[in-house]
Amino acid sequence: MEYAIELRHITKTFGSVVANRDVSLCIRQGEILSLLGENGSGKTTLMNMIAGIYYPDDGEILVGGKSVEIRSPKDAYALGIGMVHQHFKLIDVFTAAENIALVLGPNEKYDLKAIRKKARAICDEYAFELDLDQKVYEMSVSQKQTLEIVKMLYRGAQILILDEPTAVLTPQETQKLFSVMRNMKRGGKSIIIITHKLHEVLEISDRVSILRKGEYAGTVETREATEASLTEMMVGKKVELNIERPEPVNRHLRLSVHNLSVTNAEGVRVLDQVTFDAFSGEILGIAGISGNGQKELLESIAGLQKTEPQSSVVYYPDDDRDSTAEQLIGKTPLDIRNMGVHLSFVPEDRLGMGLVGSMGMVDNMMLRSYGEGHSPIADRRAPRHLAEEIKEELAIVTPSIQTPVSRLSGGNVQKVLVGREIAAAPSVLMTAYAVRGLDIGTSYTIYHLLNEQKKKGVAILYVGEDLDVLLDLCDRILVLCGGRCNGIVDARKTTKEEVGLLMTRLQEKGGAAQ
Amino acid sequence: MDTFVAWILRAIPFGTIIMYGALGEIVTEKSGNLNLGVPGIMYLGGFAGFASAYIYENNAANPNMLLCVLLSLVCAFAAAMAGGLIYSFLTISLRANQNVTGLALTTFGMGVANFFGVYILDGRTATQSLVYKTFQTKLPVLSQWGVIGQTVFGYGFMVYAAVVLAFLLHAVLNRTRVGLNLRAIGENPATADAAGISVTRYKYLATCLGAGISGLGGLYYVLDYNQGIWATTGQIEALGWLAVALVIFTTWKPINAIWGSYLFGTLYWLYQFLPTLLGISVPGYVTDLIQMVPYIVTIVVLVVTSLRKKREDQPPASLGLPYFREER
Amino acid sequence: MSDKPHALHEPLIRVVRRSECSAKLKVAVRLAAIVLALVVDALFIYFVTGLNPLAVYTTMFRGTFSTAMRFSWAMRDLASLLLIGVALAPAFKMRFWNTGAEGQVLMGALATAAVMIYGGSALPAPLLYAAMLAAALFAGALWGFIPAWFKARFSTNETLFTLMMNYVAIQLVACCVNIWRGQASGLGKLNSRTKAGWFPKVFDMRFGINLIVVVLLVVLVYCYLRYSKQGYEISVVGESENTARYAGINVGRVIIRTMILSGALCGLTGFLIVGGRDQTISTGTAGGNGFTAIIVAWLAKFNTFTMALISFLLIFLEKGAAEIASAYNLNDFASDIIAGIILFFILGSEFFVNYRPIFRKSHKEVR
Repeated sequence: MEYAIELRHITKTFGSVVANRDVSLCIRQGEILSLLGENGSGKTTLMNMIAGIYYPDDGEILVGGKSVEIRSPKDAYALGIGMVHQHFKLIDVFTAAENIALVLGPNEKYDLKAIRKKARAICDEYAFELDLDQKVYEMSVSQKQTLEIVKMLYRGAQILILDEPTAVLTPQETQKLFSVMRNMKRGGKSIIIITHKLHEVLEISDRVSILRKGEYAGTVETREATEASLTEMMVGKKVELNIERPEPVNRHLRLSVHNLSVTNAEGVRVLDQVTFDAFSGEILGIAGISGNGQKELLESIAGLQKTEPQSSVVYYPDDDRDSTAEQLIGKTPLDIRNMGVHLSFVPEDRLGMGLVGSMGMVDNMMLRSYGEGHSPIADRRAPRHLAEEIKEELAIVTPSIQTPVSRLSGGNVQKVLVGREIAAAPSVLMTAYAVRGLDIGTSYTIYHLLNEQKKKGVAILYVGEDLDVLLDLCDRILVLCGGRCNGIVDARKTTKEEVGLLMTRLQEKGGAAQ
Repeated sequence: MDTFVAWILRAIPFGTIIMYGALGEIVTEKSGNLNLGVPGIMYLGGFAGFASAYIYENNAANPNMLLCVLLSLVCAFAAAMAGGLIYSFLTISLRANQNVTGLALTTFGMGVANFFGVYILDGRTATQSLVYKTFQTKLPVLSQWGVIGQTVFGYGFMVYAAVVLAFLLHAVLNRTRVGLNLRAIGENPATADAAGISVTRYKYLATCLGAGISGLGGLYYVLDYNQGIWATTGQIEALGWLAVALVIFTTWKPINAIWGSYLFGTLYWLYQFLPTLLGISVPGYVTDLIQMVPYIVTIVVLVVTSLRKKREDQPPASLGLPYFREER
Repeated sequence: MSDKPHALHEPLIRVVRRSECSAKLKVAVRLAAIVLALVVDALFIYFVTGLNPLAVYTTMFRGTFSTAMRFSWAMRDLASLLLIGVALAPAFKMRFWNTGAEGQVLMGALATAAVMIYGGSALPAPLLYAAMLAAALFAGALWGFIPAWFKARFSTNETLFTLMMNYVAIQLVACCVNIWRGQASGLGKLNSRTKAGWFPKVFDMRFGINLIVVVLLVVLVYCYLRYSKQGYEISVVGESENTARYAGINVGRVIIRTMILSGALCGLTGFLIVGGRDQTISTGTAGGNGFTAIIVAWLAKFNTFTMALISFLLIFLEKGAAEIASAYNLNDFASDIIAGIILFFILGSEFFVNYRPIFRKSHKEVR
């Protein structure tokens, strides 16, 4: 059997991080192959090597049985390979037809009429709905995606790679996409679809290949697979991490989130009526495939997101009855701080939001506290002490506390950020992917710090991606899927498979009670 | 009526100077480079055109005026391109800041042009102005054709060349693959790069050619508008900034530069002709206020486009931003 | 070869960002740039004029240092340039491209002149100075506020907006000068009889106050940016608006406040130029310093002390070129050429501070 593409022993590393290790994988002619894996399992990296974005460190790629070198997207086009990235590569002010014209072959003439005609023929053949004269900025996400696919087919793609195409689509749009995918398959194209959603995998693909932590975990025929068997392959066996988990003490209501909804700039509901309570002395894990509303959830609570009407986040200062509850929605971060609410937030984008890369530790320490006091002069004595303290306690490796933090390694940057946020003596601590990119030792330091806070009675929201950690560290786990709260489970009782399923399959009724 | 005609006869040549400047800068800015060196580049073009014509006129035994015009055009274009090349090398290859490099280029261009301009003339003030007459040669027959002939056909060839150039640039930008690629780079160089377009080569070419075109504005100013006299005044600098303003006014569309530049020219000469037309006398200081109008109009256009957020009228999205593939 | 196929496509020169650049290297690179620029300038002088470049450079030196008077003039011009650079520092640190310093200075100068003309005989001296200063600060601040407000509110492109504001200011000045001079061919020294509004002489110089103010401002603005809370906010906003919002900073307010400050300081410069240097006003009062100061501020990376050094270098060149011009019968536009070339080299040298070019290994590849 001749394969459309065959990958043999592909390895790719970025610095010390191994993204793919010895991965071998084949795509048959005229099939739809799902590539399944958790966040960070190396799916996109692997596909980028086929599309000419990255070059493998080791291994071989065969297209149509012949060994090939793919150094650039141009090489990939020439081999009939087209990839639709998660971030579309389109020019906003151009029409659909003009965007297609950008990838014309070397000998093709720029003739919009001819381009339109040929593109129209492609649309008709596979039943794409696309207005070729529409400007990209007027298009919905799904129209842009359609344009990207048509663009690749126009360029002569026989093998099409779709990177999480359904992440941004509504169920109806997903169905439409699947129907054109089936049309393309009938037309002899080979399609690789990267996805997390198991029901979609089962619905659309012929075979499923699974990656786990950068390594190949196997391929199964879809008709022989079930959601449970796929989940097991994807998440692997539960690994005991021996993370300490103290029992919550003096647990009482700290944060009550009700009907929290956020619509993004493109008009997509990214957070949909999320309702939950967070308690002091407890770590509430937030699980979900990344991009399912985690960022918006934390930023809404922190006062950094515009929310829809009816959204409510109520903060309860203490359990004595006299203190009043405070509504946080509609307040700026400064308002929230001035209300006396100690809300600490470790955002996902450490150097783009949480810290100022060009500043040293001292100046970063005062980022959220510089305004205190009435003096017009910024006090740097206290931040300097704090920086020294944090450097000492968290064993931060830096030439000096004045060295710009952007020069530090990822782990040390995160320690600076977490250290500062914890030093603010929070009553609510929100962390987004607190251990992403960190080595094991540093990760455990962070877990330990979180547990310390928990014992002090802080309500912690822990957004994480590693299920093993979520299951071992948290008390309860809220699972987000498609911006909805897809269930809240007891971390001590649940299983990896249960959480995995909640992450990938939207319940009929969102917000199942705990 | 006569006043009106005289007004047009002043406004269109004035507009032509800044039209060249603006057309060149549009090409440059379409590639994402904001070159604030336009005044310097216009100086370079004006000087090189003037100097080459001057030297040829004074050294050739029997100067051929056609050759002389051609020579000055080529020299002006080349000198201005050299200015563009300095800017390109510093901002594209050496990644220097665009605004600062542009301003330095303005200083440099002014210095070179004025230094050598005075140096060559060595005390004298003008060419033998043979070449000026060639530049001002009007269309035969048609220009005799009454008022219309006077106002439409009564200019030197560079006035018409500017209009043709505007249409040509419009066609290239919108109808050809090169233009499409160039616009793509100005909007989103990363996407263009991914589509296999050589961002660096396009940026260099657009910036240098754009500079060459802007330089023709300087040439036209010296050899036609100013009647072949090299004047060491700040006039070209002011015209250069007006050209930068015109680019905003046109919302980066070459066709708009035609009427935009004539409008600016009309406004510029408003002070001299409007009083006569209306039969009133206007004190001198009012003229200064009127000359402010093009800039105010430009500011209004800038504000309105940022208010309306109509995507077609926005500056190229990556204007002024550097692009390095490895720092995406 | 087959195990390392990408070597085939390695470009001739690759560029790698330096992770760190030692202070020694930074100084060395910049010195090398200036030396190279001087060599190029020397070649230019030699080929154009046939003069001995070394002799020319010696003459150049005399432009600033030959007499005490020369030196004080150089200091006077240095003060004007440096003041504007210092005024621009807060805006640039915030990554707000204030290309409108020229106009802001002119507005300050215009307001000062207006007060001198209309209040010169009516107001007692202290009040007159106070009114001149207040008017100048206000006019400059207004010219800074307008583009800042639009930037904060509608994110209108500030580079182009401030640039256009220069010409509105120039025309306003032209208009007022036209009114004030009446039938005269030019506007002479204002209040030349009463000397109302003229600065008192300090160190026997009319512009003595300017020198004091510029020294003070270099220190003050340095401290403001480095030690004050507002300075801290400016740095954060300049670095990342996202981070600023996270930190609870009202980005729009900081932009407007900083531009009012920057504009007001430019206005102050206008006040000092009119009161302490020119005692008159024209469209050339700012003399292009508003643009040169942008280059100064950028090259100094917003450090006001470095600005003093760079301003001195530029003024030295200008004076030197003027000296060459008179000594060798050239014209003083030579200074623009020499300054331009030096600026190009310094701008280009930044690349070697931030990046390291790696040349392809010289061995030929055999296929």
